[in-house]
Amino acid sequence: MNPRHWARDLAMGARFAVTGGREGWVRMTLTAVGVGLGVALLLLCTAMPNVIASRNKVEDARYANVYSQTVPPKADDTLLIAVADTTWHDDDIRGRIVEPEGRRAPLPPGVDRFPGKGEMVVSPALKDLLDSDDAKLLRERLPYRITGTIGESGLIGSHELAYYAGASGLKLSVTFPVTRLTEYGKPDAPPEETDPVLLLMVMVVIVVLLTPVAVFIAAAVRFGGERRDRRLAALRLVGSDRGMTRRIAAGEALAGALLGLAVGTGFFLLGRQKLGTGELLGVSVWPSYLDPAPALAALVAVAVPVAAVLVTLLAMRGVVVEPLGVVRAARQRRRRLWWRLLPPLAGLGMLYPMLGQGHENGDFNQYLVIGGVLMLLIGITALLPWAVEAVVVRLGKGPLSWQLAVRRLQLSSGTAARMVNGIAVAVAGAIALQMLFTGTQNRYTESTGMDPDRVQMQVEFSSPKPPSGIERAFTGTKGVRAAAVLARAEYGDSRRDPKSNSDLTVGSCAALRELAALPSCKDGDVFIKRTRSGYSDPSNAAEIALAKPGRQLYIDPSYDGEDRGLEVPWTVPANLRQVNARKDSLQEYASLLVTPAALPAKAAPAVFSDGVYLRLDPSVPDSREYVRNVAARMDPLAQAFGWSATQENAKYTSIRTGLFVGSAFVLALIGASLLVSQLEQLRERRKLLSALVAFGTRRRTLSLSVLWQTALPVGLGLVLATGVGVVLGTVLLKMTRIPVAMDWASVLTMTGVGAAVVGVVTLLSLPPLLRMMRPSGLRTE
Amino acid sequence: MPRIHGMYSVLMSIGHTLLGLLESGPRHGYDLKRAFDETFGHDRPLHYGQVYSTMSRLLKNGLVEVDGIEAGGGPERKRYAITDAGITDVEQWLATPQKPEEYLQSALYTKVVLALLTHRDAADILDTQRSEHLRSMRILTDRKRKGDLADQLICDHALFHLEADLRWLELTAARLDKLREAVAR
Amino acid sequence: MTTSPPGRLLTAQDLRKTYAHTHALDGAEFSIHPGEVVAVMGPSGSGKSTLLHCLAGILPPDSGSITYNGREMTTMSDAQRSALRRSEFGFVFQFGQLVPELTCVENVALPLRLNGTSRKEAERAALGWMERLEVDDLKGKRPGEVSGGQGQRVAVARALVTGPRVLFADEPTGALDSYNGERVMELLTDAARSTNAAVVLVTHETRVAAYSDREIVVRDGRSQDMERAI
Repeated sequence: MNPRHWARDLAMGARFAVTGGREGWVRMTLTAVGVGLGVALLLLCTAMPNVIASRNKVEDARYANVYSQTVPPKADDTLLIAVADTTWHDDDIRGRIVEPEGRRAPLPPGVDRFPGKGEMVVSPALKDLLDSDDAKLLRERLPYRITGTIGESGLIGSHELAYYAGASGLKLSVTFPVTRLTEYGKPDAPPEETDPVLLLMVMVVIVVLLTPVAVFIAAAVRFGGERRDRRLAALRLVGSDRGMTRRIAAGEALAGALLGLAVGTGFFLLGRQKLGTGELLGVSVWPSYLDPAPALAALVAVAVPVAAVLVTLLAMRGVVVEPLGVVRAARQRRRRLWWRLLPPLAGLGMLYPMLGQGHENGDFNQYLVIGGVLMLLIGITALLPWAVEAVVVRLGKGPLSWQLAVRRLQLSSGTAARMVNGIAVAVAGAIALQMLFTGTQNRYTESTGMDPDRVQMQVEFSSPKPPSGIERAFTGTKGVRAAAVLARAEYGDSRRDPKSNSDLTVGSCAALRELAALPSCKDGDVFIKRTRSGYSDPSNAAEIALAKPGRQLYIDPSYDGEDRGLEVPWTVPANLRQVNARKDSLQEYASLLVTPAALPAKAAPAVFSDGVYLRLDPSVPDSREYVRNVAARMDPLAQAFGWSATQENAKYTSIRTGLFVGSAFVLALIGASLLVSQLEQLRERRKLLSALVAFGTRRRTLSLSVLWQTALPVGLGLVLATGVGVVLGTVLLKMTRIPVAMDWASVLTMTGVGAAVVGVVTLLSLPPLLRMMRPSGLRTE
Repeated sequence: MPRIHGMYSVLMSIGHTLLGLLESGPRHGYDLKRAFDETFGHDRPLHYGQVYSTMSRLLKNGLVEVDGIEAGGGPERKRYAITDAGITDVEQWLATPQKPEEYLQSALYTKVVLALLTHRDAADILDTQRSEHLRSMRILTDRKRKGDLADQLICDHALFHLEADLRWLELTAARLDKLREAVAR
Repeated sequence: MTTSPPGRLLTAQDLRKTYAHTHALDGAEFSIHPGEVVAVMGPSGSGKSTLLHCLAGILPPDSGSITYNGREMTTMSDAQRSALRRSEFGFVFQFGQLVPELTCVENVALPLRLNGTSRKEAERAALGWMERLEVDDLKGKRPGEVSGGQGQRVAVARALVTGPRVLFADEPTGALDSYNGERVMELLTDAARSTNAAVVLVTHETRVAAYSDREIVVRDGRSQDMERAI
């Protein structure tokens, strides 16, 4: 093949693409927009490594290690910093309280001046949030005056909620979340080893998200194919041979793809600004993070046009353009099954060697994983046209709308299958992933041992506080049904340097019932648990012997070389009862349970509480915010958190979030492509539709036939997708050595989402259909 | 309507037509007249005399010969056969193109121009003529539908000519304004 | 000429219809008797197709009245007009009217199926009409596989299959050569006469118009009955 001919014919095709008159431009625009959307999505993906790197860089640059073992001495360049994170509804707010100890104290990234006491600098998003009307409770919690904003270099995304508040008199302590530092930054740690199963998931997610995009681009290049074929026939008439015709067609596709690249770059740049200023599923970034990796971007720029040409040549294979029209060879030749089975079988073959490898036996071969998953998914696009044809040929009887649809599909099952390919691939991938996620969920979700039915929230203070104040504060809080304050005090068998010592737990009867099964209880009672936890010998005989009724003990004894304790004498009451500890006890460490009235009043200053357990009133919507506010008022460094039964591995969660974000994009894209090809098909048939309406066809009949025409291939596509998805999911689970369990609910959800996209598209194409059915379509242009 | 049939009689060469009929085999004079009338005669059958005089002219020119005579005598009893020269003559006649008829002068054209010159409504004249033409066409179409192949051929010929007239009428109607200017100048 | 009119089947008075800027119809009149074939002629863009579309209830006129069988059509709802077209009218267009993916017999059966006739019965009736139009041998073929003249005869069969009282034909021979055009016209008018259906025939060919009983000429959106002009 002469390259000069190639160049000439491609150029001619490209010229046809842009000089095709109004029709040509419409088609060109559709292709360019379609390809552009795909390209924008691909560019977005190429920017992902940079996004992760940039976010890590910022995280690293502002990291203050509160758990550091070595704390530098106070100096001119030191800073006291404490963690004061909080939560507003479902959004986490990163909070730090800072106190510079000298003029050269290090400023956090993005902050140009330390906030003074009672002042804070905030991220722009937090400023907006605080300014909004419904953030009254948050304003109460963060009562500082805003004196500035945190710059981009100190935030990991434009919508991150963060603040630095100024303070004075922060106390450095080992138990305090307060530290002193001279510079920010993460201590060098050995790189974490990624769990190979998580890596497998990442790979599968990427393939599953990108394959539909590729399928979509391939479909977009073929937008307006029928009209194009007619023009090619005209070219044959004036003497172009078959080879030339193909090259001209490829040239048109190339022009569309190149324009699509340009449009896609434009979309990407626009989207970059939009994404940089918006957020999706709680994730936001800065526009500058969305810089495509040059090598990957170059790959996109080359792969898209090349793929466009290849797809066109492949599609032209089944089409014979004759001077007087286009003959689709596909009509004469029934599709054969055998070669269509090759890609999925090859995919299975690539994945097979890794079966049973599990996550202990080293990494999965990346190439085989990606290749295998890709082949299985691409296999759908090969199998679907065959399946649609094989099924449609056997259909017949039914109402008129059904007949119209079935006949249409029999004549052009390829077009129909092409439309559905993208959605089938996406759904199959989603089903497989869903199976993988459900199967591995247990591994990456730990049980916290917390029962959210019993306690909905827990507050931990940065330093112990007297229990009476806590109870008062929280019992009166809006939305709190009950506050269980458990306090502790130390006791010993002598005033000084006791030979035996232990802790006792002080709490109301209600609070103590959270620890042990009490037969009866009134203030003044004392109990001791029969068992102790945390010891290899659960028998609590030693402490039971120590705390014999009538024995003289001392609360808060003194130790040699330390501050003197209160040394309050306390006689163990005669009504001390032995009780059984609750298996689901809230706290474990102290076995001696004492109601407040059983202790002498003088001992009160020695009793401290670290926090409180809260039962909330579900009918008060903002109860959690009220609790957080009370906690913050008592102790700005207090941590208030909700109880949940399980906790997910953070990486696992972020992969999952990534999947959802990606799926949202991909489904929107596929929906758009479906809509475009649907409208195009309708436009082709405008005159016929008008004629059908002229002799009295009900609009309902025509609308229904359009629905059938979409629903049939979509239904088949979804069935096929479910099959392939389940196979792929099973294989992936077998690879990770996780027992295969079918999660039919999620399979149904995924197919349901796919079907919903089609439903929406059909609905959206109805108004144009109705408009096209107007009799004015009969008028000759 | 008579115009049409007159036209055909005049244009037709009876001698060549009879020769052509003989090509399929020898015939009696009476048979010839019947065959002619069936295929071409329609409203105006041939006279025996016309057949007789034509055949004797053809005999004299050596284009036909007498194949046999039946008892009783008389021209209609003779059986004629075509000679090789006769066949050649028919071939030559068929191969010679007819001179296309050109209607450079017509009464209708004159009427239109006159109407314009005298500031009468030429459109009315055209419309009246149009109706009349269409009426003729309808009758011919009707006859064509009821008749045999020969009827169809001859009616179609007439219909196409009438259609040509009608096209001219339409064009003229569309051009009347320009024509009016031209005539007034 | 062939029928003595007992009364008018379809009449229109003072029809006006304006597209964006042009007056497609500007006071057109029309009437037809049962069994009558009326040709609507006129230069391109004169409004003859618009007149046909209005008469057939496809397009509502801006003003004027259309009466079919004593019923005013301009005040009917779209659904009513559609039902009328389904049951009382038949249509033949120049092209683009056969559904390419249906076979010929399915195409002919289509209007019956729209009226709720069962598939089997509809196709039996369709085949009967295809025989009358001499295209019954094409029943299993798709429109793409038959010639223009055959396709148009299939279309005529389809227009007549419901036994319409009015047949609207818009340039039915426009895409055919004279032989096939004549053949279609013969079959169309024969079939219409045999069922006493009226035919509204829009054409610019006088030889096609010659199949009519009466002629109406539309010029600049106004109609003129050529019989009365004499």
